[in-house]
Amino acid sequence: MTTIPISWYLAVAAVLFTIGTVTVFVKRNAIAMLLGIELMLNAANLTAVTFSSYFRELAGQILVFFVMVVAAAEAAVGLAIIVLLFRHRETLNVDEAQLLKL
Amino acid sequence: MDVVVEAVVKIVVVFGIVLTFLAYLALFERKILGWIQLRYGPNRVGPWGLLQPLADLLKFLFKEDVRPMTPNPLLFSVAPILSLVPALMTYAVIPFGDRIELFGREIALYITSVNVGLLYLFALSGLGVYGIVLAGWASNSKYSLLGGLRSAAQLISYELTLTLSVVGVLIQAGSLDLVEIVRAQSGTYFGLIPKWHVFWYQPLGFLLFFIAAVAETNRVPFDLPEAETELVAGYHTEYSATKFAMFYVAEYANILAVSALATTLFLGGWNGPGVERMPLLGVFYFAAKTAIFLFIYIWLRATLPRFRYDQLMRFGWKVLLPLAFANIVLSSAMAVIA
Amino acid sequence: MERALFLSFALTAIVAALNVLWRRHPLHSALALLVVLGALTGLYILLGAYFLAVVQVIIYAGAILVLFLFVIMLLNIRAEEARLERRPIFRWLAVPFALLLGAEIVYLVRVFEENPIPSGTSIGVTEAVGRELFTTYLLPFEITSIVILIAILGAVVLARRG
Repeated sequence: MTTIPISWYLAVAAVLFTIGTVTVFVKRNAIAMLLGIELMLNAANLTAVTFSSYFRELAGQILVFFVMVVAAAEAAVGLAIIVLLFRHRETLNVDEAQLLKL
Repeated sequence: MDVVVEAVVKIVVVFGIVLTFLAYLALFERKILGWIQLRYGPNRVGPWGLLQPLADLLKFLFKEDVRPMTPNPLLFSVAPILSLVPALMTYAVIPFGDRIELFGREIALYITSVNVGLLYLFALSGLGVYGIVLAGWASNSKYSLLGGLRSAAQLISYELTLTLSVVGVLIQAGSLDLVEIVRAQSGTYFGLIPKWHVFWYQPLGFLLFFIAAVAETNRVPFDLPEAETELVAGYHTEYSATKFAMFYVAEYANILAVSALATTLFLGGWNGPGVERMPLLGVFYFAAKTAIFLFIYIWLRATLPRFRYDQLMRFGWKVLLPLAFANIVLSSAMAVIA
Repeated sequence: MERALFLSFALTAIVAALNVLWRRHPLHSALALLVVLGALTGLYILLGAYFLAVVQVIIYAGAILVLFLFVIMLLNIRAEEARLERRPIFRWLAVPFALLLGAEIVYLVRVFEENPIPSGTSIGVTEAVGRELFTTYLLPFEITSIVILIAILGAVVLARRG
């Protein structure tokens, strides 16, 4: 059974991270931007698990555990803010939420 | 290579038996409902109605597939599959029996023994929410959307109680592997009472698990999201023919999976008198215990009225969830003492 | 055999991530993210992180994404066009930088071919992770419970009507 070099996993993580970043830049819908952020977090998780498996250390997997918890908390609060934004403006277009005045 | 062939054969056998049994489960439900309501169930098609599932299957295959005008035809077609596949995937880890000797090799009577078996099952139940939510959304109808959202909210609320009520079993058995949990329940106390978890020390956990399971599978008394008098048929209003059959089968597959899980976790799985000498007897014990739960499901449907939606949510969050936490604390205390 | 599995999971993840970017309706993007999470679960299992793989499905796919789906459906979001950069200089610069990134990835994969992930018993079993979590990392674990409590309170207060 051939094993897989570590660089392959890291390459996948790098590509996923890049796509996540581009999603945050390009999308105008606030929820789609949050999805891009989740994609970036998952790419970072993949990197951490890869190194954890390479050095046979559990620290990477513990880090991923905590990152998932924080991602859940951030998604909840972010979505609550988005709901609030939608209630006031009837639109989720972030270009229209540029000014501090409501 | 041998391992792969063995796994494939086991999968084919298990799926064959399970799918056939699910078809007959629908028939048994209608018969038992009929008997409780002082009437015969279906008894025209074949002797004692035994060919009724075949007739239903042919009806579903030949019925016209009505599609609503929806902007999401792909989602509309994919939603029943998203509901059915996780329900069927649960049978991969359920232990039906111990290891037996067959054709000169030792074959385990379970498809696989994963060391995170119980978490795998919870992951699948979490995925089951998607089929319902997407069906409600893609049907482009207000009844479906409301039914889908209500059903999904109910599912994720009771999923918490379901997961937490099992933590007591984990503390007692010491493993997430379902096969190990069943093995931990072999033997008897004082030679008389079997060492099943429901007797000691998880009766509260068992009760919580079963109530949460009835709510998870959208069955009476928790079936408001799909009750005919309330929301037409909830999230599967707009579905007909084959797609509806998939939802139907998915519901029964969930019921069977949850009953098998309750048997495995609380009632000792394949354990019973004489299993050490004749492991095939274990399959019989497992089937009998699961059948008891299936009968209770049908019995509940025939007798109880249904909860109103706010009563349902209040019950799930304010009664069951604190009890589940209390169960965890009690189990931890018992594990330290005993 | 392992390489075939890795390639299928990796390609699924990348194609689905591109779909997250390309789809106009946020609901389709969220479902594409679901596929990415599924593919990542497969990659975690290949790396031997069994506990994390299942926890990822339970938490990320089974809770966080369902939250996204609920918000998208309750707010009845419409599809939207993506934002294009209007200044042409940056659009022209994007291609060489993308090629540079691609060249770096190819270099990474080619040069470090001999560093395989060690095979053998996996270290990501539940017991090991649990032990680490409750001994060495106990303080962060307790703090995350406070983090979640704050998040719940924040979400409830923010989304309350009136």
